[in-house]
Amino acid sequence: MNKTLLILRHEFAQTIRRKSFILMTVAFPLIALLAILAFQTIGGLTGPSEPGKIIEIGYVDYSGGFVDYTQQDGVELISHPSEEDATEALLADDINQYFVIPVDYLSTGIVSRYTLDRELEPPDIVWQGIKSFLISNLLDQQADAEVVERVKYPLSLASITLDESGNIAPQQGGFSAFIVPYIFSILLVMAIFTSSGFILQGLGEEKENRVMEILLSSVSPRQLITGKVLGLGAAGLIQILIWLFAARFLADMASSSIGGILSNLQVPADFLIISLVYFILGYLLFAVVMAGVGSIGATARESQQLSMIFTLSAMLPFFLVSLIM
Amino acid sequence: MKDAGLPPTAEISNIVKSYDHKKVVDDVSFSIESGEIFGLIGPNGAGKTTTIRMIMDIVLPDSGSIRILGEKISPDSKNKIGYLPEERGLYKKLSVWQTLTYLSSLKNKPASNKRIEELLRRVDLLPHKDKKIEELSRGMGQLIQFLATIIHDPQLVILDEPFANLDPVNTELIKEIIFEMRKQGKAIILSTHRMNEVEKLCDRILMIDNGRSVLYGKLTDIKKKYRNNSVMVDYEGELGELEGVWRRRQDEGHTELFLDDKTSPQKVLSQILEQGASINHFEVSTPTLNDIFLQVAAENDE
Repeated sequence: MNKTLLILRHEFAQTIRRKSFILMTVAFPLIALLAILAFQTIGGLTGPSEPGKIIEIGYVDYSGGFVDYTQQDGVELISHPSEEDATEALLADDINQYFVIPVDYLSTGIVSRYTLDRELEPPDIVWQGIKSFLISNLLDQQADAEVVERVKYPLSLASITLDESGNIAPQQGGFSAFIVPYIFSILLVMAIFTSSGFILQGLGEEKENRVMEILLSSVSPRQLITGKVLGLGAAGLIQILIWLFAARFLADMASSSIGGILSNLQVPADFLIISLVYFILGYLLFAVVMAGVGSIGATARESQQLSMIFTLSAMLPFFLVSLIM
Repeated sequence: MKDAGLPPTAEISNIVKSYDHKKVVDDVSFSIESGEIFGLIGPNGAGKTTTIRMIMDIVLPDSGSIRILGEKISPDSKNKIGYLPEERGLYKKLSVWQTLTYLSSLKNKPASNKRIEELLRRVDLLPHKDKKIEELSRGMGQLIQFLATIIHDPQLVILDEPFANLDPVNTELIKEIIFEMRKQGKAIILSTHRMNEVEKLCDRILMIDNGRSVLYGKLTDIKKKYRNNSVMVDYEGELGELEGVWRRRQDEGHTELFLDDKTSPQKVLSQILEQGASINHFEVSTPTLNDIFLQVAAENDE
């Protein structure tokens, strides 16, 4: 077999067995997955969120006038004559929670809510349900249905980014459009520097443990460097492919389970291709630079210090990114 | 030794190498034939390792030529050489088996399982075949490196300080294997600064000092040339006046008698016997390589 290919195969096999490589490859998808799961768990703490299930909420109306519109989205409101009666129903699990509208509600707006659950804040559906119930009753007979609906949901803001010629820009921005490239630029830098860093480390180690002389007695320096660059590059490519695959999967998961600002989160196919091209080109550049630095340094440590000049220059665009945002 | 018509295994002609304007190898020439053990000897810093690195194409000579098996040094000729560098080292995370497989494949001659087993058994390391290099003792690691040097059955074997840090048992084991290789017609270069260590091994030597070749030729011829015409005697009793002996030197366990040009060792022996002394040991002294080196170095300095 061609000697370059032999070195490529050896370097690839050794790298993908390295603990640091495995750790880094699985760390990113794992952390993202844990973050999503954590978000879901916290979301779960804020109250029941099973779709389709109607939450029964009791209420005691001391203010008077809150009798209609008891069917709200996902919520059914049940009137109770007194707080004692509502507490009894709550303990008997007839209702999920209850709230009290005091006599001076109109002037203070204070509504006390009672529940058996520990929660960070009331679930969105409960909050919206009670709010909608109160608005509907307050404005009953005073405004028409359309106005009531607008009071409940005053605006649905649709932002459109225009380009310099006044046309609608192809990239509409937004948090989702920003976060994916941002995270990926960090990951790309990490992948490129891990893989090319392995070259630096490998050459340093081979010089330190004196394998270099044995290798050079069998292969030419060109074969050695080419084999290393391509072997470690192949390992890096596997890493970035795993990340890209995980990113697509995790983006879907995040957008459907977390929602909100991440509801439009997606990793488009052209983005994946560009990431791969960037990795390959970026890696080749830095791998060769690191191979050069590794050849100059006598030990891994010395090479590491030398390589800082190149690492810093590569990080420079990152520091300047805020200027163009 | 040399097969008629075949080129020398290695032919080194007038190689020169300078670092920072200092010549570390200065116009050195020698050749190595198949079936011989060639000693490349000299003190530390004499230029031995640089010479070897030039043969291995790791360092390029400033001038001169190197031919291996009649051809200019090339990637292909590297496959026919086995090299044990002075500074030992292997991949610590690889197992013994993986090390031998990988290093032999880099010589374009991947070792068969049978070959690896055979070599490991030879040095009694077969039970350790799956151990990582970092789990082995230093001596064991050195044996593995020696095996990696010869696993691809090279025509030329270059061993730089092969016995350094080895215990006497392993030293003997490696010497045995070296002799076997000579019998198989391989050419072996032994480089060492411990000159006396290789005296009994080498057929021919090149002695270098300060980058220059100071002695080159058959070990027996060199020793004959530098013989100082003396005999070593270990005796009991008194030794009186001896004709033709101009100096006596008392050493540990024996006396060295220096003879003048007209006196032969046999004549001295018969005189001693006539005086009635009982002889335990009588030997025509030959200088050690160390002595020869000191003598040559002193001559060169003058």
